[in-house]
Amino acid sequence: MKTVHLILWGAIAAGLVLFLWLNIFQDASHLIEDNSSQNTAVAFTPTFSLTDQSGNAVTEQTYRGKWLLVFFGFTNCPDICPTTLADLASVMEQLGADAKAIKPLFISVDPDRDQLETMAEYVSAFHPAIVGLTGTGPQIAETAGSFKAYFEKQPHESAPDGYTMGHTSAVYLVSPDGAFVRTYSYGTPPEEIVTDLRQKL
Amino acid sequence: MSKALYSFFLAFFFLASAFPAFAEPTQLGDLIIETPWARASIGMSRPAAAYVTIRNEGQTTDILTGIETTVSAMPEVHRMEMKNGVASMGPAGPVEIPANGSVKLAPGGLHVMLMKLQQPLRKGDQFSMTLIFKDAGRVDISVPIYSVGASGPEE
Repeated sequence: MKTVHLILWGAIAAGLVLFLWLNIFQDASHLIEDNSSQNTAVAFTPTFSLTDQSGNAVTEQTYRGKWLLVFFGFTNCPDICPTTLADLASVMEQLGADAKAIKPLFISVDPDRDQLETMAEYVSAFHPAIVGLTGTGPQIAETAGSFKAYFEKQPHESAPDGYTMGHTSAVYLVSPDGAFVRTYSYGTPPEEIVTDLRQKL
Repeated sequence: MSKALYSFFLAFFFLASAFPAFAEPTQLGDLIIETPWARASIGMSRPAAAYVTIRNEGQTTDILTGIETTVSAMPEVHRMEMKNGVASMGPAGPVEIPANGSVKLAPGGLHVMLMKLQQPLRKGDQFSMTLIFKDAGRVDISVPIYSVGASGPEE
């Protein structure tokens, strides 16, 4: 009987330790996530030289005076890219008249497939204000580098053309003077982005 | 309960079931297939995605082994994975539907990737999709198509 009690108390103690550890662990992982999505400590000014969906050559200077919401993706992406572009469209709708101060940029990490016509067809399906930017391979690589964004070609037998793209999924916020402000991690509700933007506008 | 009240309730439930607010779940043995939906495609040259929730009310795990549909020459379940904020996507392989559990295909996770589209997916249309399970077998569902910017099954 005594052994049974001992085992029971042992199990309860182990359960408590596990419970505490899980809670602390979850809290910690939350902090890390928050850090990566705020990142306000590191100041930098992203630069780029690309082509918009109408064929105009553009740089970061083209959009000075506007808050930029920048998202890296590719048009063959059927899941998170439409989701994020739809969220950005929703942000623009919710902002109403204030939307004039914002420019959402969708930058392709798949320039081989994302030619101008493709970009035009794709971004216009979501919102007229969204600008689609593409360029040469080196231009895209330089752009991503200056945003500290990551992308890579991943071979996949079953994917269209035998590859897909991995890419940074967060949306970058750039201030009207061109400085990086923060990122919104994938899945941030449009309402939260709107609230945050309204505080900054 | 009076007979009149009884028939009133009977009529109410009959009418309620005849005019569902949204697509009825489809049952296949212990599996219940709920709220299928897809986004409209932009033309036919790029893959589209479809989503569905599968509940398993049985005592044994079943496995979603494949998808068939005439709208895509190559439908396949894919998984979006997030690692240090970088999103990557690839075939999910067979998807286990745990006993007394459920698997939700939703944006940001699992999706049916509809590659090699055979027709554009137009908002407001529906298409037929067959889910193939290891034990339960095959089930046909009708997938409503929402806007290109839809983020979930709309009513």
